[in-house]
Amino acid sequence: MTGAALKSTETFEFTPENNEWAQGQIKKYPEGKQASAVMPLLHRAQEQNNGWLSTAAIEYVADYLDMPKMRVMEVATFYTMYNHKPVGKHVIEICTTTPCWLRGSDDIVAAATDELGVKMGQTTDDGEFTLLEVECAGACVNAPVCAIHKEYYEDLTPDSMRQIIKDLKAGKELKAGPQNGRHRSEPLGGPTTLADFVKAEG
Amino acid sequence: MLQDKDRIFTNLYGFQSFGLKAAKARGDWDGTKALLEKGKDWIISEMKDSGLRGRGGAGFPTGLKWSFMPKENPDGGPSYLVVNADEGEPGTCKDREIMRHDPHKLIEGCLIAGFAMNASAAYIYIRGEFHEEADALEVAIEEAYADGLIGKNACKSGYDLDVYVHRGAGAYICGEETALIESLEGKKGQPRLKPPFPANVGVWGRPTTVNNVESIAVAPTILRRGASWFSGLGRPNNTGTKLFCISGHVNNPCNVEEEMGIPLKELIEKHCGGVRGGWDNLMAVIPGGSSVPVLPKDICDTVLMDFDSLRDVQSGLGTAAVIVMDKSTDIVRAITRLSAFYKHESCGQCTPCREGTGWMWRMMERLCAGNAELEEIDMLLDVSKKIEGHTICALGDAAAWPIQGLMRHFRGEVEQRIADYKSRVAAE
Amino acid sequence: MPTLTVNGQEVTVEDGATVLQACEAAGAEIPRFCYHERLSIAGNCRMCLVEMEKAPKPIASCAMPAGDGMVIHTDTEYVKKAREGVMEFLLINHPLDCPICDQGGECDLQDQSVAYGTGESRYQENKRAVNDKDIGPLISTTMTRCIHCMRCVRFSTEVAGFQEMGSIWRGEHTEVTTYLEGLLDSEMSGNVIDLCPVGALTSKPYAFTARSWELKKVETVDVMDAVGSNIRLDTRGNEVMRVLPVLNEEINEEWISDKTRFHYDGLKKRRLDRPYVRKSGKLQAVEWGDAFLAMQKALKGVKGDQIAAVVGPMADMESMFALKGLLNSMGSEKIESRLCGAEIDTKVRASYLFNTTIEGIEQADYCLIIGANPRLEATLVNSRLRKAVVENGLAVANVGPELDLTFSVNELGDDPKVLESILSGDHDAAKALKKAKKPMLILGEGALRHKSGKAILAHARDIADTYGLIADGWNGFNVLHSAASQVGALDLGLTVEGNMAALRDDAANIKVFFNLGEDDTDLSAFNKSFKIYIGSHGDAGAASADVVLPGSAYSEKSGTYINMEGRVQRSAKAVFAPGAAREDWSIFRAFSEVIGNALPYNDLNELRKHMADVCPHVMTLDVAPTAEWNKFGRKAKIAGEALSVGGDNYYRSNPIARASKILADCENARNGIIEEATGTNG
Repeated sequence: MTGAALKSTETFEFTPENNEWAQGQIKKYPEGKQASAVMPLLHRAQEQNNGWLSTAAIEYVADYLDMPKMRVMEVATFYTMYNHKPVGKHVIEICTTTPCWLRGSDDIVAAATDELGVKMGQTTDDGEFTLLEVECAGACVNAPVCAIHKEYYEDLTPDSMRQIIKDLKAGKELKAGPQNGRHRSEPLGGPTTLADFVKAEG
Repeated sequence: MLQDKDRIFTNLYGFQSFGLKAAKARGDWDGTKALLEKGKDWIISEMKDSGLRGRGGAGFPTGLKWSFMPKENPDGGPSYLVVNADEGEPGTCKDREIMRHDPHKLIEGCLIAGFAMNASAAYIYIRGEFHEEADALEVAIEEAYADGLIGKNACKSGYDLDVYVHRGAGAYICGEETALIESLEGKKGQPRLKPPFPANVGVWGRPTTVNNVESIAVAPTILRRGASWFSGLGRPNNTGTKLFCISGHVNNPCNVEEEMGIPLKELIEKHCGGVRGGWDNLMAVIPGGSSVPVLPKDICDTVLMDFDSLRDVQSGLGTAAVIVMDKSTDIVRAITRLSAFYKHESCGQCTPCREGTGWMWRMMERLCAGNAELEEIDMLLDVSKKIEGHTICALGDAAAWPIQGLMRHFRGEVEQRIADYKSRVAAE
Repeated sequence: MPTLTVNGQEVTVEDGATVLQACEAAGAEIPRFCYHERLSIAGNCRMCLVEMEKAPKPIASCAMPAGDGMVIHTDTEYVKKAREGVMEFLLINHPLDCPICDQGGECDLQDQSVAYGTGESRYQENKRAVNDKDIGPLISTTMTRCIHCMRCVRFSTEVAGFQEMGSIWRGEHTEVTTYLEGLLDSEMSGNVIDLCPVGALTSKPYAFTARSWELKKVETVDVMDAVGSNIRLDTRGNEVMRVLPVLNEEINEEWISDKTRFHYDGLKKRRLDRPYVRKSGKLQAVEWGDAFLAMQKALKGVKGDQIAAVVGPMADMESMFALKGLLNSMGSEKIESRLCGAEIDTKVRASYLFNTTIEGIEQADYCLIIGANPRLEATLVNSRLRKAVVENGLAVANVGPELDLTFSVNELGDDPKVLESILSGDHDAAKALKKAKKPMLILGEGALRHKSGKAILAHARDIADTYGLIADGWNGFNVLHSAASQVGALDLGLTVEGNMAALRDDAANIKVFFNLGEDDTDLSAFNKSFKIYIGSHGDAGAASADVVLPGSAYSEKSGTYINMEGRVQRSAKAVFAPGAAREDWSIFRAFSEVIGNALPYNDLNELRKHMADVCPHVMTLDVAPTAEWNKFGRKAKIAGEALSVGGDNYYRSNPIARASKILADCENARNGIIEEATGTNG
């Protein structure tokens, strides 16, 4: 995609709630260093704009932080969590980096693409799902993993991947985290350490 | 094997609450004021004596790093502590557990480290994908403020420290400390030229120290239990405990805190239920996150998991992320996928990395299929050598090493593939 | 002052120098792409890697501060290998299109590839292709050739003050671009063409018109404004193919404005290539003799005080001197150069010079601008101001209409009466002036042509005296001219008592009116006079003349120009004037003979000797003079009428610029009128 292809015509403005939140973000940084808030503000703008950053949103943030538009565009295109075209209601980000790949991420990708009928990087015609390939999600001992909305779904199998998509389609609530019954990143079947700390506190 | 009483991260698996009450019950925030009262010099010298080496991958002595910060700023301006929570090295998922299950260890560590380095604020730069972790941290920070543990007159010490969470947005390179600083300033995460080093010119031009989450989070326990306790664990120059992340072809992938220097085999067999199909089914291990060279089984049989032992076998401890590959693994493909990762994560700033990571990946793709000439293996190695050491930051090295490791130990595999391809083409 | 060893040779360099500079001091050549003396250090190309003993890996010499005791090698196998590696990486995705690349022959990548490359590529994979960007009518982009050195980005943001350029995406997908591929909106934009070490950014107007090695290069002086930028005209045959800057640290450093760089097609269009005489209301082409005959006829019986002349913005001193001589020989003293009506006189030279000097701006810490827009009237002065703002913390305040000078300006309003309160000490600016160590002020034509111009001049002078603008080794009083001819004309005394207003009042009495290349001032007052226009272009002056005499453009003659600093420079003849056109001074010399009163010189050298009798400093070239400070101006109250500034017709400010299609395209682009745009795709 070229820079010119990023052009769009719609307008953007923070909701009052987001505006207040943004003001709080700016306060985290020293006076005059409001540019530091560009990433959080872009995150929030993307959320408000249905998961992608339009030119209008980028320019709004630039204006908001008194930054040249180009500096904000540089940031928005450098980091991969910012999307530059519309995405589906549910964005499924499947990690395929080596630790996930060793645990079968190819099969997870196959299950998801088959279940949704789109390729990686594409959005379903109904605008409900976007499938994205991502680099290491940082949950390698729970591989393979995918991220949906703000949650990780771990220890996936093709079946559990399909089930998650089915549940999303059905509007069911999902259970984030490991899908194979383990609690977090302890060995499956129970920790080998910290016996005294396994029980919930008093 | 390390005993539970010597484990620092007692809520590693999150069976208990991450909240302040539970954290205090686990011993966090115990006598923090008294630790601070012993003074900056004492803290730094204890940290030095503990032998703690940075847990982010490079293994630089933490106490020494802290000592580089100006004791006082002659211009009266601020200094900063920045916590590197941009965990993204493939194989690594330990800081995540600290932040979502034991965030108070990190926050208390920020206070102590911040105090020792005269920082006026601490910024925790967490990778953007970690929502749950960021949320837990924010809650814990709120709790700590409300309890007077941080903020103005933190722990009634007379020292003020604000702690903030800053979310990233998807860029592995921001784990490089100067790229992280650039990113924190609201720019592209492109590493800076050094010198000047962050301790002189860091975030917003001020003296800054960037430390890994684990390095900061272990500091309170080290100070409470004493440098000698920590240095008594592990081996000289490789002391203490360490969070290991064991992924890939083991029966039970997991995170676990173990003693530095634990034999790799013991680590896998004790905590992970062994290699899938048994130890003899092991092909190779990447012992310290994707950036370090892969080791074949014969080395894995005996190697110890610490900085010096792994360096001696031409690999590294890195982040102690152990990626295990059994004999079913297409190891050329496994490394090629890492090459794709580095190509994807190159910031594009300097020539050898911007151009070289893509070149190496494309060659690796051909080698995966065997569609190459034998001489190209040496050429690829030569290209990797021309990236390694020629770039602004270490990403160039990190992209080169996995390939060098592959060719060092599995060259035969690659050559076989080329031969197979040639005979297949000849047959057609 | 650290001492290093470079290739076995000890060298001591200034504190703050880099290893690269130390290597150069030791005579070791260091290849580079991203490094540029006038830009911040990027360290990204890695071409300048050298070996430093005790360092585990090669170091980027451009970014490494020179340290005492460093031992550097630049000629070892280790360094050779490092350079070969970088060279190879730069080339793997660079297209092999040198035969059709305008950078060919003057390409850093090409040259360094010969010097430091291996001569062959091992790259077997597909090459990257990058979409070109449309960043305006001046700069052609071939972004596949880009090697990501970021010089253009650094120049735009640091020197030109244009922030909307940068690089998007990352890794091998990194693309240099302007924001949404918009116009590189700066009067300095063309400099990125020179800075680009490869053929990614080349000159759009020059595209495919010549190869660098077939061009004849003539160094000369720019006349688009009064800066006197040093330039090089590259010619082929009798045609100027392009204009490039020539390094002059004291004037333009190594930059030029877009008007300077791109006016050259205007040298070839709308040219007067033969004399014309108005017959039955229409200008008709004639021979020189016929034109002179018509003039002779018109002058018959005319008294000296019935003859007047004006000189335009690009006139060289020799022509003005000859015209003055001609008028004087006919008994007239009425020759005026202050066409805008600026209330300056010639008594005290310091009263009309840019005394601080352009380079001197860098030392200033406070600058009060009065009625000037340096960005448009003298772009290279503005870039020095910006440099001082960025590097020296110069604070700038402005009396006049609000300005976008690419740096922040404290706007004091457009009422010149503010100068009265500054002088009396009642104004915040007075405090700032007092506090400043090296304060300066810039008085523009907008201030001097104001109806209280004389009073403003006097106030400015008093402010200079009161607030330490005049000190030992420092003169902070400056007049900013926009016409290349202005200071030379004033030095020659081309002023009329009572200024242009008086000359106009006298119009009914003027029978013959000479116009040496002035096309921008309303001269309709002289419509009843017999008008003789001498100039290079068929512009407004020629259109209303009774006799048109074809002169030479600055590129076609050797002429003396004095820039706003009072610096004397000479232009050089790069090409021949078209057709029957002649060097202007020789026209006056020829006509003087026709009327039987031959001027006393037969060639340029003789003319210059005579000129030096009147104006001795014209023989001292290329030096910024120190003019003596003295009383000038007339004390009076300032009328509260808003100040104006010049520069509103930036791309059309003289007949050459107006004849230039390139500059017209520029203006259109800036106005958002892009030729191919229609109502439906905007």
